[in-house]
Amino acid sequence: MADVATRVTTTLRPYRAVLSSRIRSQRSYRANFVIDLVSSLLVGVIELAEIAVLFLNVDRLGGLDFGQILIVFGLADLAFSLADLAFGHCDNLPTYLRAGTLDVFYLRPQPLLLQLITSDISLRRLARASVGLVALVTGLVVADVDWSPSVVAVLLLSVVSGTVTFAGMFVWAAGAQFFLVDGAEATNAFVYGGRYAASQPASVWNRPLKVVFGFFFPMAFTAYLPVVTLLGLPGSDLFPAWLGWCAPLAAIWTWALALLAWRIGVRHYRGGGG
Amino acid sequence: MTSDESIITTTGLGRDFKVRDGVRRRTLTAVDDLSIDVRAGEAVGYIGANGAGKSTTIKMLTGILVPTRGEVTTCGLRPVADRRRLAREVGVVFGQRTQLWWDLPVRESFSILAAIHGLSSVEETSRTDELVEQLELAEFLATPVRQLSLGQRMRAEVAAALLHSPRLVILDEPTIGLDVLSKQRLREFLVAERRTRGTTLLLTTHDMGDVERLCDRVLLVDRGRLVWDGTLAGLSRTVGAQRVLVVDLAESTPDLDDLPDTRHLGSEGGGLRQRLAFDPDATTAAKVLAAVSERVEVLDLAVEEPDVEDVVRRVYAARR
Repeated sequence: MADVATRVTTTLRPYRAVLSSRIRSQRSYRANFVIDLVSSLLVGVIELAEIAVLFLNVDRLGGLDFGQILIVFGLADLAFSLADLAFGHCDNLPTYLRAGTLDVFYLRPQPLLLQLITSDISLRRLARASVGLVALVTGLVVADVDWSPSVVAVLLLSVVSGTVTFAGMFVWAAGAQFFLVDGAEATNAFVYGGRYAASQPASVWNRPLKVVFGFFFPMAFTAYLPVVTLLGLPGSDLFPAWLGWCAPLAAIWTWALALLAWRIGVRHYRGGGG
Repeated sequence: MTSDESIITTTGLGRDFKVRDGVRRRTLTAVDDLSIDVRAGEAVGYIGANGAGKSTTIKMLTGILVPTRGEVTTCGLRPVADRRRLAREVGVVFGQRTQLWWDLPVRESFSILAAIHGLSSVEETSRTDELVEQLELAEFLATPVRQLSLGQRMRAEVAAALLHSPRLVILDEPTIGLDVLSKQRLREFLVAERRTRGTTLLLTTHDMGDVERLCDRVLLVDRGRLVWDGTLAGLSRTVGAQRVLVVDLAESTPDLDDLPDTRHLGSEGGGLRQRLAFDPDATTAAKVLAAVSERVEVLDLAVEEPDVEDVVRRVYAARR
């Protein structure tokens, strides 16, 4: 046990060093950092406003009222922002590939993927997470939640699984960049499109969308399904209410996909073996 | 200075790339049948034209690329399988790509790298201090990397690659784009590092000065194959590479085409600047200069080394 703890500490020591120098540098460029925070806060608020505007015209969307939708939005946004904070840096892979700086990662005594993730951290993404958190808490207060230990369990389970699922999406997309030239556009459609899909009730999607974002990239498992479960809503044929408990399985599936894509990508880059 | 221990051994090493040529796919051989043996403490210049396979070889030596054929052992390890262990033994400086965090101060990059290599804080402090002093980094330690001049950045890159005291240092075009003074400093540092620690150096370069001042052995590759393995002097003699004396004269002078042991290459500005080639084995720059000075006053002069390109071109020409 102590051995594992030591290994984790050693592995994360570079990350701590990156994090502390980032905090230091953002402190010395304070105005810059504040503008960064405010702008990403603004983006989050605008997306939230989109939903509010929608509900000026309708009372319910996909069987959910405004308060319930807020929970879906909050859960999805919180999980995505946390994943983005830690894994969003994977988006830089095409830049590293083009500039040849990825080779530098090979010359350091750590797993490549770990280096990619820990090579930097963008603290402004905390602002987005706070929007998600506020929406989630507001939703939980406004909606008529029948509190019980299992509701709390679903909630915690879905925040953790959702974050892990979105993190897997970043890694999968990074793996694909090894093959695709200018492939970020294509993968973004799924990563950021997936985030958008996740913040909506999956019941309003058409059937192909239900297959793609319901199961293959299991976006419905990050927010909508757990909400159906915790509110005790009836669910639908493709998305029965108990499916919300399967959020961890969705996270595992996404990571299986992610690691496979990553492995194939790296093998392609090195030209066999690996 | 050198020992019996092998630092780099390759046998029949080769690497192909599949390239798409319109619709057809064809195979391009970047490195072929490369067998070399570099001993601990040696300083080896690895030279060749662009596209001769130098970078591909370096990538196979460090475990970035998987070889198509042959065997490679670096520091007693298999580069691909033991990549992470090998990373502790090897430091690589890429002249044209950075391993520093561009928007962080230089000092911060060093401490992140120290964490990555798992140096203790005592090791980190003593090694950083040592490199800061030898490479004269103190004045810009607190400056973000993106604000450094090229010369400053290269010194910081070298320090970053040597922070974990590697046994083998590979430098890919380390002096490219540097001014004379920066080049000189960097070379002096590398010579000292090798002398005090017995570090093995392998460098690719287009600058003959690098090879002359740093290396006691030259490997020349042509189209992926090794065509010379020996001393630089031997190579230059073989291909008859000449040095060039450029003189700026006080007055217009007819072409100086009859000086002993020299060949007049050309004149500019009505004979105000003339270029004279000479064979370093037959005469010296001082003798040529003296001969010129007898005729006309010399205002300024420069000696051009035979550049790697020139030597390489001659070898290539002789082979074809």
